[in-house]
Parts: sequence; C-alpha cells; structure tokens
Amino acid sequence: MADTGALNRAGVAAGTIPRELSGPRGARPRRIVSRGNIILYGTLFVMAVYYLLPLYVMVVTSLKGMPEVRLGNIFSPPMEITFEPWVKAWATACTGLNCEGLSRGFWNSVRITVPSVILSIAIASINGYALANWRFKGANLFFTILIIGAFIPYQVMLYPIVILLREMGLYGSLTGLVLVHTVFGMPILTLLFRNYFSSIPEELFKAARVDGAGFWGIYFKIMLPMSLPIFVVAMIIQITGIWNDFLFGVVYTKPDLYPMTVQLNNIVNSVQGVKEYNVNMAATIITGLVPLIVYFASGKLFVRGIAAGAVKG
Amino acid sequence: MSSVIINDLSLSFGDVKVLQSLDLEIGKGEFLVLLGSSGCGKSTLLNCIAGLLDITDGQIFISDRNVTWEQPKDRGIGMVFQSYALYPQMTVEGNLAFGLKNARVPKAEIAKRIARAAEILHIEPLLKRKPAQLSGGQRQRVAIGRALVRDVDVFLFDEPLSNLDAKLRAELRVEIKRLHQQLENTTMIYVTHDQIEAMTLADRIAIMRDGAVQQLADPATIYNRPVNKYVAGFIGSPIINFVDGQLVMNSDPFLKAGDLKVPLARYEFSGNGAREGNVVFGMRPEHIFMDKAAEDLPFRAEAVVEVIEPMGADTLVWSRLAGHEFRFRVDGQTAIKKGDRIAVGFDPARASIFNAETEMRL
Repeated sequence: MADTGALNRAGVAAGTIPRELSGPRGARPRRIVSRGNIILYGTLFVMAVYYLLPLYVMVVTSLKGMPEVRLGNIFSPPMEITFEPWVKAWATACTGLNCEGLSRGFWNSVRITVPSVILSIAIASINGYALANWRFKGANLFFTILIIGAFIPYQVMLYPIVILLREMGLYGSLTGLVLVHTVFGMPILTLLFRNYFSSIPEELFKAARVDGAGFWGIYFKIMLPMSLPIFVVAMIIQITGIWNDFLFGVVYTKPDLYPMTVQLNNIVNSVQGVKEYNVNMAATIITGLVPLIVYFASGKLFVRGIAAGAVKG
Repeated sequence: MSSVIINDLSLSFGDVKVLQSLDLEIGKGEFLVLLGSSGCGKSTLLNCIAGLLDITDGQIFISDRNVTWEQPKDRGIGMVFQSYALYPQMTVEGNLAFGLKNARVPKAEIAKRIARAAEILHIEPLLKRKPAQLSGGQRQRVAIGRALVRDVDVFLFDEPLSNLDAKLRAELRVEIKRLHQQLENTTMIYVTHDQIEAMTLADRIAIMRDGAVQQLADPATIYNRPVNKYVAGFIGSPIINFVDGQLVMNSDPFLKAGDLKVPLARYEFSGNGAREGNVVFGMRPEHIFMDKAAEDLPFRAEAVVEVIEPMGADTLVWSRLAGHEFRFRVDGQTAIKKGDRIAVGFDPARASIFNAETEMRL
C-alpha cells in the first residue's frame, strides 16, 4: 500500500495524474458479508452448536416430567416446565440405602475441596518461591524429583497409599483424602509457581533483601501481592481437578463420605427401577455447576495468569 | 580511614572462577567506579559487597566491621539497581518506608527521613503515586531515595543509568555527583560499563576484566597512563591508535615501525621495564594535531586522509601515516577531504608504550 501511495504522490507532483483521480486505490477491505466471513462464522457457528448440543439436551431433559421424557423427543423443548427432577436430584434421590439425594455428596465435596485447595496452594506457592528465589543447595535435585512425581501414573501409587493411610490411621477419612489431593497437586502447582516467581525480576528480590525483609517478609509483602493471577490459575486447576476427582474419592473414603462425583455415578448407574433420565440430567448439571461457575467468575484472570506463568521456564 | 576493605576475595561457581583474589580498599566518602565490559565480574563484586552472593574465599570489611557473613540488611549498605526494582504494589512513600519498617524504625522518624530524602531528590509531589505512574528518571530517583532514607555508610549502584535515555542519563549523572558532594561521609561504589559515567563521577576507577582488577587509579591517571594495553583500549572514545613496532634503545631511544620512526627522548619510561624489543605504541586521537597546531610538536609527518566522519562538534579523521592507520580528531569546521595530504604531529610524551607480549606499560 505504501508504494502505491508514494507513486500517487509522485504522480501528482509530476502533474501526470489529475489531483482528483489520485488517492488510495483498490477496494476498501472491510465488508461484513463476504464469502470469507460467511465461511469463517459459519464454521464457528457449527462448531459451537456441536459442542453446546449435549448441554442443551441435558438442560431440556432435566426440565421435563417423566411422561414427557418417555416420548423420546430429546431435542424438543419441555411442554411443561417442572423443577421436580432438580429437587429430587438434590434432596431425595437414592444411592444405595440412603435417599438424601446429592446434597450430602455436595457437602462432602466442599469439605474435601476447600481444605485441599487451600493447603496445596499454600504449600506449593512457598515451594515455588523457595525454588525460584532462594536457590538452596540441592534445589535442582529436589525440583527434578518433584517433577518426576508428576509423570508417575496414579494407578501405580493407588494401593501403596492405601497402606500408608491405613498405617497413619487416616484411611477412609476426609483428612486422608485431603492429604492425598494436596500431595498429588504438588508437582504441577510447584512448577507453576516456580515459573511465575522466576519471571519476577530478580533485582526486586535483591532490593527487598537489602531492605531487610526475610524469607517470609519477602513472600508475604513483595511476592504475594504481585501474584494474584497465578493464584487464580492454581485455584482453578485445583478446584476443578479435585471437584471432578472420582478415583481417589472412591478409593480412599467410605460410602457416607463419598464426594459428589461418586454419588452422582451411583445415582445414574443404579440398576433398580425405572431410569429417571430427567433426574440424572439434573444431578449431572448440579455436579458440574461448581467448576463452571469458577471458570466464568475468573476467566479473565485465568488467561492472564496462564500467559504470565508460561513465559519463562 | 577506610570505609570498605576487600581482602583476597574469590568467588567461584563450581569450576568457574568469577572473581579471583581481589584486594580493594575504599576510603570514607570516596566515589569508586567499577568499570568493565559485560561479564567482567563488576556487578558480581558489587553483589558480594552487598551480601547478596556468598563468597568462596576472603573477607569483606565495611566501616571496620567484618561483614563477610552478615545479612545484606546488617551491612550498612543501600543499593540502587539498573531496573529500579521498585515494589510495584506500594506507593513511592511505601517503597521508601519499607526498609525502615523492617528495621522497626519509629513512625515519626520514618516520616522525617522520607521528607528529607524527598526534598533532596525533588520527589515530594510523587510520594502518593505508584511506580507504574512514574517516568524512568523519577523511578530511579525513588530507588536512590530508598537507599538514602536508610542512612547507610555505603551506597552501591548497579548500572543505575543504563535503562535511561541519553538526556536523562546526563541529568541524573550530575545529580548523583551532587548527591555525593552533599553526603560528605557516604562512600559510593558504582558499577558501570559507560566510561563517560566512570570518568565524570569517580574519585578512583577500578577497571575490571575477567574477575580481576586491571588498574585502580584516579580518572586522569587511567586516561593518561593506562597500565596495560587493555585499559588503554577500553578508555577513550574514539579508541586509541595502536601501532606495532620495535623499541630501539640508543642514547636516544626511538620507535621503529616500518617506515615510521618516532623519537622517544621525551617519553617517560616507567620503572625498569624499558628494553629493546617488540612493543605496541599507543597514541590517543585527541592528542594528534594537524597543520599549524602540529608545527611545534616534537614529531611531525605527512598523512593521507582516507575517511572523514563529521560528528558536529568535531570531526574524526581516518588517515594513513607511513603505512599505519591513525585516527585523530579535528575541529568540526574543517575543510579537509578524502585523499588530502596533511601535516600531522604529536608529542611522544603523551604516548603509551606497551610490551607486545605482556601488554604491560613500559
């Protein structure tokens, strides 16, 4: 474009092109309904529908009564909206012997997730800070071992941990499960925090040391206030991961302490009586609601934090 | 009385020796500049003095106290960094107060010291702002203020002006000099790779290379009597002219380099080093004169102009003299052109002659 502009000016200056005919040539490249745009938005639209359709079916089905579900028109909107299945899923659906619905599992999951998230992030952020800034002797070895931990499949460690928890007297308790979640979150979270803290200029850390701040002083007064985005990322990873966990929940707890996911499975897979699809759908949505809310509430910070943590290794 | 004494200091990372048995003694109120190209260990030495790096061997004394293993905060030092390193979440006031709060200085005293530092550095209107709202020059002022409020014996500057543009750099340079004059008893150690900063600010300059001090002297000595070829080449812009030749020691010693013969009767040989043999002859571009100015000089010759570089105030001339390339400086108003044959001259007393093998000054 620049050279046609220059050409035009040269032409005008030389008097070969009348002034009124000169100017930028070619079409203004900004039409909304063009073939490219139709293909682009069309494709995006089809993709979006493809991904959203199951969610649509779930929502619609959960709002229908059983007679309507039996008609089998899974895409049609409910003729008569009812919240009965939601109430049943939450309060009275039966899993095994008790019929308290998902509510008990929900509170179990909260009691598992909240302490696990807080504990794992607290420890991992301090780990990452120490590894990034204090470079103690053997720091690299420690870090390597920790990262190797991230590559060992969970199944390998399942049974040894059962024995370990049994010996500690924590097997079958929520405390034991919280401990397991905290330990398993450690490698990835430590990596995340270490990378984020290494991206903070080292001179800032040195300045704080000259100013007389110690290990904890620098952590709380300098590093923490600068690290909100990465804490949000860590929280999202942990909340969704622990909330959605099924394996550890079913292995390390007892039936009355099962997290929501295990209970959902028990409701959906119960073999007795009629399959209540509407209740199952409602129960599934309720279970998935927490991670969804977390994503929506912190989307912006999440993107910022991911980008920040990704820059330096 | 010495303010900072460095005694046989060494630092290695594994097998890599970064600093090698350094000895340095810095007087109270002195302004010492550590000068060297990047990777010479000057910043590392500063970090060692600050206590931010644990040294491998040796001792460090500050104000007659052995601080070798003390924490940075207990050494009585304040440090200013290249990237300013202001705490982004705190206001300017918070930045200045941070160190004092850590030291549990009473509130009234903190306010008093901040007011004084703000006055000295002209940052009073900025106290309530965050660092992000400041310009580069203002940020560096605040960073200096952070060292100032702590009332320390020794200021450490780690390339404080390198992130600023040329104009601000010149301004702040003068301000640092003024600050040093104002704080009479405060020692300043200043790391830079900029020789102009070094020459203008320093009481003494330590030129470093490969973790060792090459020469430690006042700026004039460094400029006029560089101790070796490296120092001669490092200091001075445009760079010093070097000519390889032989030293001939008759009753009248002279330098022979091809067709060039320079009498050295006026050259002051240092100590005992003068022997016949291969040498490198160094002559600064600003000590070579042409035409009339060259008439009375002990050495004169004819040179051919090859390239001229006008720089406004003066012009750099690249010429060839008896087969050797000589750069020299003339007034910016000169009319000489490429290919001109001109008379040039210099005073061999202002030369520097180095042994070709050891590169040490003769």
